[in-house]
Amino acid sequence: MDIKLSEQQKTDQASFREFVGNEVIPNANRYDREARLPDDIIAKMASRGYLGAVLPEEYGGRGMDFLTYGLLNEELGRGCASVRGFMMMQNMVALTLLKWGSQEQKERWLGKIASGETIAAFALTEPEFGSDAMHIETTFEEADDSAFIVKGHKKWITLGQIADLFLVFGKRRGKLSAVLVEKGSPGFTQTPMEGVLGVRASMLAELHFDNCSVPQDNIVGKVGFGFVPVGITALNLGRYSIAWGCVGIGQACLDACVNHVSTRKQFGDLLKNHQLIQAMIADMTVNLKAGRLLCYQAGQMQEEGDQNAIMEIMVAKYFTSKMAFNIANDAVQIHGAIGCSSDHPVQRHLRDAKIMEIIEGTSQIHQIKIADYAYREYAD
Amino acid sequence: MNNSKEKIQTFLSRYIRNQEVKDDTDIFGGGLVNSLFAMQLITFLEKEFSITIENEDLKLDNFRTINAMVKLIGSKV
Ligand SMILES: Cc1cc2nc3c(=O)[nH]c(=O)nc-3n(C[C@H](O)[C@H](O)[C@H](O)COP(=O)(O)OP(=O)(O)OC[C@H]3O[C@@H](n4cnc5c(N)ncnc54)[C@H](O)[C@@H]3O)c2cc1C
Repeated sequence: MDIKLSEQQKTDQASFREFVGNEVIPNANRYDREARLPDDIIAKMASRGYLGAVLPEEYGGRGMDFLTYGLLNEELGRGCASVRGFMMMQNMVALTLLKWGSQEQKERWLGKIASGETIAAFALTEPEFGSDAMHIETTFEEADDSAFIVKGHKKWITLGQIADLFLVFGKRRGKLSAVLVEKGSPGFTQTPMEGVLGVRASMLAELHFDNCSVPQDNIVGKVGFGFVPVGITALNLGRYSIAWGCVGIGQACLDACVNHVSTRKQFGDLLKNHQLIQAMIADMTVNLKAGRLLCYQAGQMQEEGDQNAIMEIMVAKYFTSKMAFNIANDAVQIHGAIGCSSDHPVQRHLRDAKIMEIIEGTSQIHQIKIADYAYREYAD
Repeated sequence: MNNSKEKIQTFLSRYIRNQEVKDDTDIFGGGLVNSLFAMQLITFLEKEFSITIENEDLKLDNFRTINAMVKLIGSKV
């Protein structure tokens, strides 16, 4: 596999890196402590085209190829998982509307999402249904020819506190479906959630739909079978983003460790010269390189429209989320007490990495799907 | 057309084993496949036949059988 980056991709990567170094890393611990992202970081991402990264220029996007979008996720992930998550959510909803939305939905929303005027969120999980998403209980009942009545309760929704537009999943006549719900719709309330372990500036909320009336035209894709690509397009991009974001977490931790062990002395010698430290640094390095290669491969396959890209993205997300957690765990260990301080990023990366093993499909759900994939691919 | 049928048949044979898929077998009817498969099928059809599947095409009847898929492809090229 040829994974050489083009000159353009290298230029983009350098500009992402500069943005993260100047704008994200200096503020990330504060975002985590305050559990919110200020407007200015959102505006800065919008002005660089990150919020519509995967959208074509005609909708105000940057038209990035999947590899470039992956590099953006790595760099933002190196700085702050919450900032990266914000960008990811916008692109998840935008790409889903681009591919499966009606012309009217595209014209109405895509430009606004790309410019940051409209903040989008993805609402699938419910209090009683997480991994078992096919059984969600939110319903869309037909009120008349022009409206649906939405009834249900969503929980753990990233950006739920501040979003203007929600891609909400539920059932219409017992079949899975998705609709757009706008903030302020009658019967719709957003209730902030506090005190989450990691990705603390995600501004999570619970959403209550109490006989909320939504225009029929807000349906995205079709009902039943026609829902499947809607949900999977969003989740597939989400998993791909997370996989690269985890590479970013791993890189941030490794960089911090190499720095620390090169300056900190114990027992009269630099930490870097102790073999047990070298073992941890070596494992971090090897796993990080392996994870990055999985992401490159998955990105290339997605770009080429390969039917197995969706599975390779799951492989990459499963591997890199575990990898990021293990690397961050060792990074805290290597930093000792310093790594436990809220002033140091490694403890934040450890908490954020744990979340990556849970969102967009837990590690166990990934294992089940990857085993299926193996039974198919490696059968005689 | 026969060529299209063969290509789809080859694709399906990786997912549906121990059962012959005829041109009019309902592949979604008997719980033979899951939702990730549906997405892979759409991706396969788009790439293999250089078509774009759109919102309006997302009806199960367009994907239920090999015959239906061949008809959908035919309507696009
Ligand atoms: C910070 C954060 C942000 C989030 N953002 C969003 C969002 O924006 N939108 C949204 O819709 N959701 C969001 N979620 C919810 C997230 O998608 C769910 O937490 C996730 O899907 C898992 O569901 P659950 O938490 O209900 O766990 P459960 O499904 O209850 O699973 C609990 C445990 O059981 C395991 N398990 C479940 N089924 C099986 C099985 N068949 N075999 C083996 N093990 C199994 C799981 O792997 C897990 O370890 C967010 C969650 C968090 C923490």
